[in-house]
Amino acid sequence: MIRSPLTLMTAAALALLGPLAVSAQDEEALQRAIDARQAHMQLYAHNLGILGGMARGNIPYDAAMASAAAADLGHLTRVSQQAYWPEGSDIMMEGSNALPAIWENLDDVFAKSGDLVEAVAAMEAVAGDGLEAVQGQMQALGGACVACHRDYQQEN
Amino acid sequence: MRLLRWLIALALIGGGVFWVLTRPAPVPPEYASLTGDAERGALVFAVAGCASCHIAPGAEPSDAPVLAGGERFVSDFGTFLAPNISPSSQGIGDWTDAEIMHAVAAGVSPGGAHYYPAFPYTSYHFAEPQDLADLVAHLRTLPPSDVESLPHEIGFPVTIRRGIGLWKMLYLSEDWTVAGAADAQIERGRYLVEGLGHCAECHTPRDALGGLDRSAWMAGAPNPSGEGRVPAITPGELGWSAADIAYYLETGFTPDFDVAGGDMADVVLNTGKLPPEDREAIAAYLVALP
Repeated sequence: MIRSPLTLMTAAALALLGPLAVSAQDEEALQRAIDARQAHMQLYAHNLGILGGMARGNIPYDAAMASAAAADLGHLTRVSQQAYWPEGSDIMMEGSNALPAIWENLDDVFAKSGDLVEAVAAMEAVAGDGLEAVQGQMQALGGACVACHRDYQQEN
Repeated sequence: MRLLRWLIALALIGGGVFWVLTRPAPVPPEYASLTGDAERGALVFAVAGCASCHIAPGAEPSDAPVLAGGERFVSDFGTFLAPNISPSSQGIGDWTDAEIMHAVAAGVSPGGAHYYPAFPYTSYHFAEPQDLADLVAHLRTLPPSDVESLPHEIGFPVTIRRGIGLWKMLYLSEDWTVAGAADAQIERGRYLVEGLGHCAECHTPRDALGGLDRSAWMAGAPNPSGEGRVPAITPGELGWSAADIAYYLETGFTPDFDVAGGDMADVVLNTGKLPPEDREAIAAYLVALP
């Protein structure tokens, strides 16, 4: 079989790139990290759903339940995310919408996660004080989430 | 020889017709008599989403953004670069109020040239003159930037701006896409969605000439800023209630408490500044779509 020069060049290029490619083992580790942080995000969504459901009038306000959901959000902000974000666990991986810009702007990412911690703390402080107090904090909470998703999540 | 003479005559007539047909519209005289309110203009500015395209790449959203421009918009017709529209001599600082209003609503520069429709004037065209005046008053309160606007990266024949005059004849419509509005709320929503909010510019597919395909209104489209698709927001496809939509536009939270990302993040940060009635009006319009 006669190989075209193009195919040969492609083969040569692949041979050069070979050592740089992610090994299957690494890929599994990246995938586990992606799964873990997405599960973490689900827990945010679950607790936000309780508070937001009350704020929207879809479920009746319950001070104890609201406080518990806000406290859970607080716990979630204190979970170490260090192992969630290995470099390379980005949009190149199946199922991830994380933009590589995350790893190029870590200071900004930390600043924004700091803003989320503050917004959650503000919600925690008032969640038991009545429906209006919860309603009044939802936009700030959403804004803190959106700030990061704006810059670092690929739209899907 | 006689044939050549005829051809030249035809070309001259054709050129003349082209010249007349593609003339940019003049500034409406009523603009000069309006006085803008900068505070009201902040809301017009938010709905119109001016900052989403005109802040520098990588800049953060802000209540007083620096509209230095520089963002690149890749399209089938070339790459368009958002200009500086801050109140400086590099931006719009030296323009009259009426010139700025006309630029926004008709896509015509103070020098009388057509703008490329990457600037969504086919939507802004529906803006009430008073809203335009308020918008201008607000633009003048924003911080100036001396950054020079960069030229678009386009080739022939897109470079012939007069050609946009023909494009405008096809796509700059005076008519609403949704002809009837059942009540005042939906009418307000239509104004915000079809006009200032220019939602269709991303959520409606385009035809071969880059004009909106109004027969597929809000039916979703390829994402202009990269991979994936901009979702359909017709009631059948989206499946959200009016309350779901209004809450998303207020907080950024979807009904599942996922969060707006990418370009929609800017939109919800903007719509979050509006009075609740306006978000409810947008939602009422969207759930009433066919």
